[in-house]
Amino acid sequence: MILGALELKNISKSFGNVEVLKDINLDVNEGEFIIFVGPSGCGKSTLLRIIAGLEDATGGEVIISGKNVSALPPSKRGIAMVFQTYALYPHLTVRGNMALGLKQAGTPKAEINQRVELACDLLSLDELIERRPAELSGGQRQRVAIGRAIVRKPELFLFDEPLSNLDAALRVNTRLEIARLHKQLGATMVYVTHDQVEAMTLADRIVVLNETRVEQIGSPMELYNNPANEFVAGFIGSPKMNFIDAERLGIRDAKTIGIRPEHIKADYEKGDWPGQIIHVEHLGSDTNLYVDTKVANPLSVRLFGNHDFKAGETIHMTPLADKTYYFDNDGERVVPADK
Amino acid sequence: MNRARQNIFNMIAAHTLLLAYMVLALFPVFIILINSFKTRRAIFRHPLMPPDTDSFSLTGYETVLKQGDFLHYFQNSMIVTVVSLFFILLFGAMAAFALAEYRFKGNSWMGLYLALGIMIPIRIGTVSILQIMVATGLVNTLTALILVYTAQGLPLAVFILTEFMKQVSNDLKNAGRIDGLSEYAIFFKLVLPLVRPAMATVAVFNMIPIWNDLWFPLILAPAEETKTLTLGSQVFIGQFVTNWNAVLAALSMAIIPVMTLYVFFSRQLIRGITAGAVK
Repeated sequence: MILGALELKNISKSFGNVEVLKDINLDVNEGEFIIFVGPSGCGKSTLLRIIAGLEDATGGEVIISGKNVSALPPSKRGIAMVFQTYALYPHLTVRGNMALGLKQAGTPKAEINQRVELACDLLSLDELIERRPAELSGGQRQRVAIGRAIVRKPELFLFDEPLSNLDAALRVNTRLEIARLHKQLGATMVYVTHDQVEAMTLADRIVVLNETRVEQIGSPMELYNNPANEFVAGFIGSPKMNFIDAERLGIRDAKTIGIRPEHIKADYEKGDWPGQIIHVEHLGSDTNLYVDTKVANPLSVRLFGNHDFKAGETIHMTPLADKTYYFDNDGERVVPADK
Repeated sequence: MNRARQNIFNMIAAHTLLLAYMVLALFPVFIILINSFKTRRAIFRHPLMPPDTDSFSLTGYETVLKQGDFLHYFQNSMIVTVVSLFFILLFGAMAAFALAEYRFKGNSWMGLYLALGIMIPIRIGTVSILQIMVATGLVNTLTALILVYTAQGLPLAVFILTEFMKQVSNDLKNAGRIDGLSEYAIFFKLVLPLVRPAMATVAVFNMIPIWNDLWFPLILAPAEETKTLTLGSQVFIGQFVTNWNAVLAALSMAIIPVMTLYVFFSRQLIRGITAGAVK
């Protein structure tokens, strides 16, 4: 049997009377890249901090590599963490920042040097090794923070929104870098973000959290093609899925109908739902339309490529029949009888 | 400075104002200094004139250095000030760290309680303090003064430092915890260096009142061997006759050490400010 890299058993957490996490269960396989995603305040960062040991869980167990670490301090859990604000030690050089954890653990000097140099090689930090954090750019600082995690050779990497403080171009680069590192090191990684693009592009499996609960766990494509409920359907995908009151479409056996903007066809001449265009976004590769219709206002439509639609025009929309999702009163996904 | 933002008129105005303020602030010090080098007669006849060949005299300094053990008073003042500052900063920072970092029951009440001391002058308790010192046999020791000054300085220190400690990034402290630093190491190695400007501010705020204090040395440690500089200088001020040469000379010499300390702390202050600016 392969030991799981990380196992969460019935984790719950409350601050006073406020419950932030309720009964969280999760199994992470070795070498897997897991991403916690959810709106702000859903408890995803708290969950990561509980895994790290920076926060005590109110109930439940954290098991890393088959060992219950719930009562161990962070430094003894075999983890390394990368923070959103980099959290580099301002008085130490790049080398000092990376070496501190190993020094504390009593690693021999030769091995520390070797590991630091290896990490610097991996992250192309060689020329910056004697600089202090104040003399580095944002992207370089984040690479040092990642390097500090690598030298510890942890069983588990934890990332707490590591890209949020970087600008857009750098974010894409660092995202690629992290994906490359994951392949190269083959390490287990747990990553928290509120950005669903990061989640979709990096993860082996995504854990969608919302209001203290896990809504769904699955691979990016599973979540996209087969969302378990209305929340996941709305959270994954951009622009957001359209939700239409089922009554307006005359459908009885569901409360809400969901249809993704990219699964709607638009035509001047004919279609199911006529409407007036309110706004058009030209992105080059895509054209997004926002349309005032009787079934939904606005109904968002995503068309691939360039289109010459203009605001104020009347068009007809048709949904792709096999790409609609049905949800019941509680927002759970249902499969209607006739399908 | 940026050329576009440079304006001759504004620059002259700013410098004039600053220079005027400097003259105003330094004038009393200047008067004390020049008069300390003059004969008694010259002090009263032309108090604003600098010493010339006729009026130059070192009698003041001679009296001060001969009479009483002035170097010893210096030493006492220095010990009391430096040790008190050390304890104020150490305990103040530790209390502030606990208040800022840990969630425990009564945290905010404890903060309020520690800050109350800012509003209640410690001198109200002089009689009780004297009774305690008598009971513990600490009268006429420097320890008595150090204890009182530490207590006096702590409330403001805790108050100011708590605010600054709250601003130190949580991620940084957590990174330290993951790297295996103890809470003490996090406090001394990560947090203290980052709040150094605030520490320097607290030090400067506390240093001057302690150095200049006459009240507690007079009541708690008036013995010859524990006299501080301020108390020592009082021997030259009599009820009927005051030896002005000696008083002025003593005051002039008293400025030097406290000035040195100030320069030392203000350097820290400036270094802290610029380190934050480029980050």
